[in-house]
Amino acid sequence: MSDVETHETDLTGQEAYAARTRRGRTVRHPSPKEYIRIAIVLGVVTAAEVAIYYIESLRSLLIPMLFVLATIKFSLVVLWFMHLRFDSKTYARFFLLGVSGAVTLYVIVLLTFGAFSR
Amino acid sequence: MASVSVPGERGRWLTRRPASTTGFWSWITTVDHKRIGILYGVTAFAFFLIGGSEALFIRLQLARPDQNLISAETYNEFFTMHGVTMIFLVVMPLSSAFFNYLIPLQIGARDVAFPRLNAYSYWVFLFGGLFIYSSFALGGAPNGGWFGYAPLSTAEAGNNMLFYATGLIIVGVASTVSAINLAVTIINMRAPGMTMFRMPVFIWMGLVVQFLLAFSLPIITVGLFEMLFDKRFGTHFFDPAAGGDPVLWQHLFWLFGHPEVYILILPAMGIVSEVLPVFARKPLFGYQFVVFSGIAIGFIGFGVWAHHMFAVGLGPVANTAFGISTMIIAVPTGVKIFNWLGTLWKGDIRFTPPMLFSIGFIAQFIVGGLSGVTHAVVPADYQQTDTYYIVAHFHYVLVGGAIFGLFAGIYYWWPKIFGRMLPDRWGKVNFWILAIGFNLTFAPMHVLGLQGMPRRIHSYPESLGLTFWNTAATLGAFIIALGVLQFLIMAISSFMRPKDAPADPWDARTLEWTTGSPPPPHNFDEIPEVHALDDFWHRKYAETKTGRVVPVPAGGADQAVPGGVHATRGEREMEHEPHGIHMPGPSYWPFVSALGFPLIGYGVVFSPWPIVAGAAIVLIGLYGWALEPSAE
Amino acid sequence: MAALDQHIFESEHEATSTGLPNTKLAMWIFLASDCLLFGALISTYVLYRGASIKGPYPSDVFDIPYTSVSSFVLLASSLTMVLALAAIQRGDQGQMRVWLLATALLGATFVGGQVYEFTTFADEGLTLTTNLFSTTFYVLTGFHGTHVAIGILMLLSLLVMSFTGKITQQNSLSVELVGLYWHFVDIVWIVIFTIVYLIPTGPGPT
Repeated sequence: MSDVETHETDLTGQEAYAARTRRGRTVRHPSPKEYIRIAIVLGVVTAAEVAIYYIESLRSLLIPMLFVLATIKFSLVVLWFMHLRFDSKTYARFFLLGVSGAVTLYVIVLLTFGAFSR
Repeated sequence: MASVSVPGERGRWLTRRPASTTGFWSWITTVDHKRIGILYGVTAFAFFLIGGSEALFIRLQLARPDQNLISAETYNEFFTMHGVTMIFLVVMPLSSAFFNYLIPLQIGARDVAFPRLNAYSYWVFLFGGLFIYSSFALGGAPNGGWFGYAPLSTAEAGNNMLFYATGLIIVGVASTVSAINLAVTIINMRAPGMTMFRMPVFIWMGLVVQFLLAFSLPIITVGLFEMLFDKRFGTHFFDPAAGGDPVLWQHLFWLFGHPEVYILILPAMGIVSEVLPVFARKPLFGYQFVVFSGIAIGFIGFGVWAHHMFAVGLGPVANTAFGISTMIIAVPTGVKIFNWLGTLWKGDIRFTPPMLFSIGFIAQFIVGGLSGVTHAVVPADYQQTDTYYIVAHFHYVLVGGAIFGLFAGIYYWWPKIFGRMLPDRWGKVNFWILAIGFNLTFAPMHVLGLQGMPRRIHSYPESLGLTFWNTAATLGAFIIALGVLQFLIMAISSFMRPKDAPADPWDARTLEWTTGSPPPPHNFDEIPEVHALDDFWHRKYAETKTGRVVPVPAGGADQAVPGGVHATRGEREMEHEPHGIHMPGPSYWPFVSALGFPLIGYGVVFSPWPIVAGAAIVLIGLYGWALEPSAE
Repeated sequence: MAALDQHIFESEHEATSTGLPNTKLAMWIFLASDCLLFGALISTYVLYRGASIKGPYPSDVFDIPYTSVSSFVLLASSLTMVLALAAIQRGDQGQMRVWLLATALLGATFVGGQVYEFTTFADEGLTLTTNLFSTTFYVLTGFHGTHVAIGILMLLSLLVMSFTGKITQQNSLSVELVGLYWHFVDIVWIVIFTIVYLIPTGPGPT
């Protein structure tokens, strides 16, 4: 990579622009073993969700706990499997815009219907 | 002049790519953003004439009390289709025409990120528009208002609103796909040196609009599917008898519908932001403020939707919250207006047609904006809602604003697109006819609304005393029609003149004026390197110590070079493209794949079999597209 | 290959202002917009929860163990998908094909499971138009299932592309893109499974 960097200072703006990522780059990725570990965690969390569903004594805590567990699963898939943790922040910003936008707008709509106070 | 080539590998018979760039079929297979822009523009203008005719019928029917020139049923179809047409088939595609044509040119690119997808968007839009209009001949056009409130839209018998739901889903697909395409183009394909804050304001507004589209269209798509399912399959989304709530439709509709109005106005605001500096010979005042205001309008625009629902009964908390957010959105809008005025202040003003339309935009948009602020006062809106006062408001911003802004763009960029100037004197006459007609039509509606004239009524009795201003408004409408006719004649006549417009007839500031009128297919012989905002202007002119603007020698101010004013660059730069410039080749697959959609639509409305055929065509089209030999 | 810190060759692509490939940027913006789509459908379901005037109600028909297995299947398919991508980024075409096929099969199992689930519900009296629950449930899960089916089509297309030599270590962006779409469909299911199945809904309007 350093080869390209020193060379870039000799280039005009146009040439540097053309050289930047015309070829592929090497980036850090998790190994297959790491992916499998993530998958196991996902499985365990899902099992926990189902277990909580069945345990009557936890019924009053069900919704907050499910919410937390689902968020953990969501984040693991997005950050590791979809690679957002290692990729350019630009992708994350757009995706976050969509997710947070959706959550905000629809929570407001449901609030106007009183959906959370039933 | 660099050589342009479409690579030789044409593929076997079935997947052979078309190669011709002239003739009728070249328009069907084009992937050139400039041609697609022209297609959008011409189609949108055709729909403008149809939507305008619908308006004339409405105005004739309302000119005098107690008339029955057209039946109430037909009247419902006309006012519904007038709204649907003007919003979805005129202003949006006309804005698309400008975005398609100008975005690559203004950012110094050769085309958009996904040229075939671009063509696809146009064909899906065209077929969707034709599909909706075919309803007139197939049992009746949509008749439940452009906003299609449930349960009227879902419970009433007939296919009219099925055409509405299905047709809007189809054109929605076109817009969503185009939005992603253009957003990626703006973010990713700028010329070297063009940082985000060296982009023209028109491009910034374009970027905001693409995100508004991408995030609001899915919401109404769900609403439209729910409406479609209720009508076609008997589901209960908006069915009170089963526990459903028609207000859900209103939320889903306006969650889209409000960002939609900013989608309609921001392109015109972008155009005005380009035109004013050129004809005031001054840079845009407060460029960064104008940009940030546009972004703010985009965000806040998602937070005001329920101001269309003040009278629905959401309760004081919701009404107050949305009343406040609606007042807040007036702030960034006002910021833009002050910046435009600041641009004009002490400028060296030329009152060309584009400048007149832009100034008209500002004045009329202010009127529309002020009436909008009065709607934000919730108790006042209880009086105004569902009256002609609202009709006055949105026509002031959408016609007095958006349409006038788009006309400014048409006059401004006509020489660039078609290589001929539109006549200056007749253009000014055109402005005045349209301005007089427009104001005569819609100013009285403020009065009519406050006098209590409801919206969407087929006729009114003499005793209400609404006659005088209704007659005046009808007269105004026909003056508008005269103006449009005059424009058409001017436009068509311009084609009888030779293509001799210079590259930079207005002495402008942005990159599209550095290349030919019209530009060559590859846009620029060499991709420009950008050093500043309004880079072209700075290459032409420098400021002396006293602030006087003087031409730079050999800066290109008086050179019209077909391939661009970078002709002083040497051979070394040509090494970047040693094999000539490769442009994306034409393709018929976008057209083919788009054909599947109206088939699916007819299947939804009438009988299931065309759905299968339509889906198959879409799929085959997509596979053909994916598999055809690459053109780059 | 056993090293924890993998340096893997990423695909070539055209030069761009951000250095990011156009198609990947487009896919992320598309996924962001798809959040709005599913958000509307999920909100419709949540709004009408407990509002059905007549049954069958969720507690009458839901088989949580069955759907849990379905969820495990879809989660597993995300794993196989990312393993397919990792394989081709290492240059292992064969392994990629195996994992792609596995992903498609797991996805098909999921869809098949849903079809069986729906036919069971229908036998128990819950068809599309029965009540508000059926309306919102079938349309929400139907949209999701359609997304999965389209994903399976894309996975199979990738397999064909692999056999026709169109996917290489230098040119594996399409695998990455289909992967992003596939994982998105998975996270939507995570939300649906939690909100629709695991949060209990009593009968009748509350």
